[in-house]
Amino acid sequence: MRKRTFWIAGLVVALLLAGFVSYYASSNPDGLEHVAEQTGFLDTADEHAAGDGPLADYAVEGVDDGRLSGGLAGVLGTLVTLLVAGGLGYAVRRRSSRPAADRS
Amino acid sequence: MHVPDGFLDAPTSIATGVVATAAVAVALRGARRELDDRTAPMAGLVAAFVFAAQMINFPVGAGTSGHLLGGALAAVLVGPFTGALCLAVVLLVQGLLFADGGITALGTNITLFSLVAVGAGWLVFRGLQLLLPRRLSSVPVAAGLAGLVSVPVTAVAFVALFAAGGQAPVALEPVLTAMLGWHVLIGVGEALITALVVSSVVAARPDLVHGARPLLATRGLEIRTAGVAA
Repeated sequence: MRKRTFWIAGLVVALLLAGFVSYYASSNPDGLEHVAEQTGFLDTADEHAAGDGPLADYAVEGVDDGRLSGGLAGVLGTLVTLLVAGGLGYAVRRRSSRPAADRS
Repeated sequence: MHVPDGFLDAPTSIATGVVATAAVAVALRGARRELDDRTAPMAGLVAAFVFAAQMINFPVGAGTSGHLLGGALAAVLVGPFTGALCLAVVLLVQGLLFADGGITALGTNITLFSLVAVGAGWLVFRGLQLLLPRRLSSVPVAAGLAGLVSVPVTAVAFVALFAAGGQAPVALEPVLTAMLGWHVLIGVGEALITALVVSSVVAARPDLVHGARPLLATRGLEIRTAGVAA
């Protein structure tokens, strides 16, 4: 597979998962939340400090359609994560040493 | 397994914040050895994929669900140091933008995901690589098993933190038993997703898989010999 095809395929899969498949995810509490409820410490959880942010709980504020709202939030989150982690990757990478002729 | 604000007391949260900061600093140095011009975009893609996959909660029974942690997956694909950075970025985006995982618990979550899940995943993966046949097809198997182990290990690490600084006076043994039980099940899902994704990337671009690098060096030699013989 060509490298460009690979990057595009990988990104498309991630965007489909976050933007579309996530709608069908289980809404049951995850393992930790379930155990917290079962054993009686769930009520020690505080309100989230960013709980009324425009994207809180994977929904876009003002978009009423649940599927669209969650999908948009997922796509935005995937792209933000891609940019931040990709930028970090480029910032810390070893630069390949070019031939001397190239450098001048 | 995102820890919300309030589960752990302030001293414990501050301590995990210090641990997480140190871990990220070490990871930033280590990632330099893992990333070059060719593999740097993988850091972005792996983090984006883990973020997306973590949105997909799968049912594990009795009204409970689990989702990918991604520690073993990231470690195998981009290396343990870069993997730790990827998970830290995912948690930062989730905590700040999506109110998933507390803000004061960010250090706790980075400690659990970037340090424990990535670390345990990578150690199990490398250990299995010594035992399994030196073939590319062993890479997804080792990655899947590493994913399987990493989830209950991370669950136990949470219980250890809860024992040190849990805000609720509840008995520890039931918490440990329940956390372990559910997270062994969630680990099966982690194993399947990790093995599937790693085998796809190994099939498409084995040269971009950090955990496959030692194998590719020898394979390159074999191909060259065959080419000369033909």
